[in-house]
Amino acid sequence: MRSISKIVQSTPPSGIRRFFDIVSTMEDVLSLGVGEPDFDTPWCIREACIYSLERGHTHYTSNYGMLELRRAISESLYKREGLWYDPEKQLLITVGVSEGMDIAMRAVLNPGDEVIIPEPCFVSYQPCVLFAGGKPVPISTCEENGFIVRPEQIRDAVTANTKAILLGYPANPTGAVAPRDILEEIVNIACKFDLFIISDEIYGRLTYEGKHISIPTLPGAYERTILLDGFSKAYAMTGWRIGFAAGPAEVVEAMMKIHQYTIMCAPTMSQFAAIEAIRNADRECEEMVEQYNQRRRVIVKGLNDIGLPCLMPKGAFYVFPSIKRTGLSSDEFCERLLFEEKVAVVPGNAFGKCGEGYIRCSYATSLDKINQALERIARFVSRL
Amino acid sequence: MIDHEILRILERDARTSPAQIAVMTGKSEEEVRQAIKHMEESGIIRRYKTVVDWERAGVERVFAFIDVRVSPSRGVGFDDVARRIYKYPEVHSVYLVSGDYDLRVVVEGENMREVAFFVAEKLATLEGVLSTRSSFLLKKYKDDGDVYEEPEQDDRLAVTP
Ligand SMILES: Cc1ncc(COP(=O)(O)O)c(C=O)c1O
Repeated sequence: MRSISKIVQSTPPSGIRRFFDIVSTMEDVLSLGVGEPDFDTPWCIREACIYSLERGHTHYTSNYGMLELRRAISESLYKREGLWYDPEKQLLITVGVSEGMDIAMRAVLNPGDEVIIPEPCFVSYQPCVLFAGGKPVPISTCEENGFIVRPEQIRDAVTANTKAILLGYPANPTGAVAPRDILEEIVNIACKFDLFIISDEIYGRLTYEGKHISIPTLPGAYERTILLDGFSKAYAMTGWRIGFAAGPAEVVEAMMKIHQYTIMCAPTMSQFAAIEAIRNADRECEEMVEQYNQRRRVIVKGLNDIGLPCLMPKGAFYVFPSIKRTGLSSDEFCERLLFEEKVAVVPGNAFGKCGEGYIRCSYATSLDKINQALERIARFVSRL
Repeated sequence: MIDHEILRILERDARTSPAQIAVMTGKSEEEVRQAIKHMEESGIIRRYKTVVDWERAGVERVFAFIDVRVSPSRGVGFDDVARRIYKYPEVHSVYLVSGDYDLRVVVEGENMREVAFFVAEKLATLEGVLSTRSSFLLKKYKDDGDVYEEPEQDDRLAVTP
């Protein structure tokens, strides 16, 4: 057999995958390794989907997605953020932010174009750039800066080939939320060098201190930003595979072209569910956010008390404590914790080199389990 | 002093300690204790109880919903009839409702005979009670927000991005 594509060959498998393979051989593991809500999708959303199936809405929709859904998203962005996107031309329903990220990259990148990506970050960002023929330019951030990129780091990374900056706040794996002044400076840099901003705001609704700042609301950002968002986290809809992209009409049209040929349209039943989510599930969303917020405080205090210092994350549902004091590497820590105490957490280096020395703990798990896991981690650390 | 977040936490699990609630809400333990004390004293928190699945504990109990039509008369209103009904320990709850009937009474007993006897002898004969209609509870699916089937499993993959 001839060999597979060089790009695919040279892309390393996700560090999470390797860890998952170990965990899945074990029983009774308490997992803080899950990157999705523990809540099931609110019933009204599931019921709306069932009803759509009963009525026989089982066909393709417009490539852009159902207009009714695009209108609902447009209205909600206007109400929530004061942003106006034309539902006919500036919104595309995608198979989650995952697809949105992929086609955004393919829509804007020429071979060799560079994309600046602050790390630690979500595991798909770099591969999406690579698969689109681009070159990821990772930037390390550190705990002292709250894992938030400094604007001058971005400026220093800009070259003649830079095409875009990828931002993902609130961040997976750190829970970091960038303050307005830093975001404004980053937007200024993007304007100055005429760069796209690709903004993954999937955790926007899971913001615990103050209101989420959506990048396209910042001065100068709207006309160069591709906003990616979805239903997975806010409405506990990870399995539905549905999200959306919003941006300048030309970019959205370009993304639609790829989507048209590769996906056709997002799952119709999920689109019906998404309409219901936007219209009627905000109370459920707020209830989940309140519980995440309570768990966040519990797990942060717990880890700090154990001697694994961690910052108070302002969004998402992850904490990113330092394990440097233990003298173990991230991989060693996670493996030993798993084998000795049956608690799964994810090594920080899965999210970029600068994540070494940290672990990601998800608090999308019941308070009971968080407390049990904290006890086991404490026992483990005290033995080291 | 009325703290809805604390109430929601305690409603979910009444045993959550003030120390834990303090961490969960970002308040001091003293503040939480004060708030709870205030809400207990002012009757917002009425009491703490345990949700028991008696069937699982092997105890048979029979519930019946009794709709009661009442004819209020001068000096004997709905409240008076309701009060005479709810004083019985067999009566689990009493509601004033709209529709064809006026009161909805939930009666509890050890067996059907006992409940039927109670309805015929005590309820139906009360002054002001015109008629009753009983339905026995056959299966409890959800009660007071608690679903009485096997708890759902967490079927998420153990580690995901
Ligand atoms: C930062 C981030 N972006 C995107 C995704 C993927 O979201 P979706 O389910 O919409 O594809 C995730 C999921 O874990 C995520 O953490």
